[in-house]
Amino acid sequence: MPGVEFAGTGKEIWEALDVFKLIARRMFLGLLTLWAISIIVFLGTEILPGDVASAILGQSATETNLAALRETLGLNRPAYVRYFEWLVNILSGDLGVSLTNGMPLDRIIGLRLWNTVYLALYAAAVAMPLALGLGLLSAAYPEGNFDRTVSSVTVFFISIPDFVIAVLLIMIFAVELGWFPGAIHRPRWEDVFGTMDKTFLPMVTLVLTLLAHVVRMTRAAILDVLKQPYIEMALLKGASKSRIILKHAIPNAMGPIVNVVALNLGYLISGVVVVEVVFTYPGLGRLMVDSVVFRDVPQIQAVAMVFCSFYVVLNIFADVGAIMANPRLRYAK
Amino acid sequence: MTDAAVTTAAPRKRSKRARPRPDVWAWTGISIVVVGLVLAVIGPWVAPFGVGNIVTSVYAQPDAQTLMGGDVLGRDLLSRLLHGARLTVGVALAATVLGFVIGMAVGFSAAEIRGRYDDFITWLIDVFLSFPPILLALIVIASLSSDLWVLIGTIAVIHSSRVARVGRAVAMNIAALEFVEVARARGEKLTSILVREIWPSTIRPLAVEFGLRLTYSILFLSSLSFLGLGVQPPDADWGSMVRENMNAMQNHAYIAVLAPAFAIAILTVGVNLIVDWLGAQSGRGISEELTK
Repeated sequence: MPGVEFAGTGKEIWEALDVFKLIARRMFLGLLTLWAISIIVFLGTEILPGDVASAILGQSATETNLAALRETLGLNRPAYVRYFEWLVNILSGDLGVSLTNGMPLDRIIGLRLWNTVYLALYAAAVAMPLALGLGLLSAAYPEGNFDRTVSSVTVFFISIPDFVIAVLLIMIFAVELGWFPGAIHRPRWEDVFGTMDKTFLPMVTLVLTLLAHVVRMTRAAILDVLKQPYIEMALLKGASKSRIILKHAIPNAMGPIVNVVALNLGYLISGVVVVEVVFTYPGLGRLMVDSVVFRDVPQIQAVAMVFCSFYVVLNIFADVGAIMANPRLRYAK
Repeated sequence: MTDAAVTTAAPRKRSKRARPRPDVWAWTGISIVVVGLVLAVIGPWVAPFGVGNIVTSVYAQPDAQTLMGGDVLGRDLLSRLLHGARLTVGVALAATVLGFVIGMAVGFSAAEIRGRYDDFITWLIDVFLSFPPILLALIVIASLSSDLWVLIGTIAVIHSSRVARVGRAVAMNIAALEFVEVARARGEKLTSILVREIWPSTIRPLAVEFGLRLTYSILFLSSLSFLGLGVQPPDADWGSMVRENMNAMQNHAYIAVLAPAFAIAILTVGVNLIVDWLGAQSGRGISEELTK
């Protein structure tokens, strides 16, 4: 594209501004989404048949002490007042107190968050290079033996639930062979490598569920690019297969691939909930399930908001990554 | 990507292309799904024992009476699998159908009415899509308990935003065609346009989506039950059966865990085999299932 190369600097500055505006717009939309989510989370926990007061008092609830507790907790005020108060508190970093054990939620969530982030990063660090490599190889020789094998294996892993994978892994590697523990109660931060060994099975479970999706999407993204006229041009020019893929296809497929990676990191979130419960891993996912079981409303609200923020931020990264990688998207709308 | 794929499946090309016969894999998928549906209907009737009847010892070995052995409480594993078939298949199917009805109504109407309404619906869909499904389900279940109808409704709502997006994209192409234009000029009412003009033309492209959503329903319901938040005891779907028999692994009595786990896996693989075959014709496969 010679036009772009010879364009004056003035035009480039305008283009940079355009990109900046697009990204700012995307971030604003992300914030708007988070706000809408906060309403859903608040309303969702508001429609509880019993309120927080009856949850705290449990069996010992009488009409008088219920009313008294509602008064002290401020539950008598209208819902929208409490919503805004809750929102302001969350924005200022005050997540409230857990009903289950009376501990401040920011401390509980802080601990659990790192455990989950550790597991997710561990899985992503293994899954992403592996998945991109496999997807690339499948796309390089479409419909070949390698591609067919990868394709049928990935259909299988997409089809079976993640807890079934986890159960099979525990059966083989923890119970029968005894190589890795089947339950992890506490990852030890002072010994990261020892913990990698202990968290091996949850990591493999996440990798297997993630791998299938990313391999298929990478393959689709690269095949999509390989259909383009400029690839045909390179082929006619006599470029070698490796050169076509490395020099022509990959840079153009980067946008969709970045998108795929970010989307799947979001997908990790739901995988993490199940995996943490199977392996009794003390992460945010298990905290969420536990708070649902104990109907710990402030905890449900806080954990849900932390999860959703991650999800929204990852989605923004995905979009911004796609915009940065693909100049054509900058001019859409 | 979805929009482009959907365009290639526009209804006009249908008549020109003969439908290829199902291959071996597609037939395998079809047979699995048919067996699943049949079991869902007759399972509880042909089960030798009741759901909660304790008929043998804990994790008993299979014998002539209990063909697959006992479970965590000494109930007949085979009977519970047969009872569970109705819950797993029934709830997943009901949730998918309901999700499709809501999603298509919303998506089609947005495509037909356009304007402000369309903008609002698109925004709403985006909000729901940026909400991790598992969290939505957990919040709703925390508030309303794991009633069967709550489970069906929750999974349906999760589906509906995705169906609405795909349905809107498909319907956009069809709403621009001449016969819909004619219907509008003739003064047909909105519901009539949506149901009689647009809907019939979307069946082919949305069939793949239905399969994908059905698989997702089965996986999602199983996961919820596995977490202890889906179907509640003494009833059990296959997901909760895996959960309650997890201890069997310590005793090396694997069949109690493997049987329900494989039942789920076989069913979902079966649906996906059909989806892959349908998708190969309309140029849309599992790989295009980008945002779950």
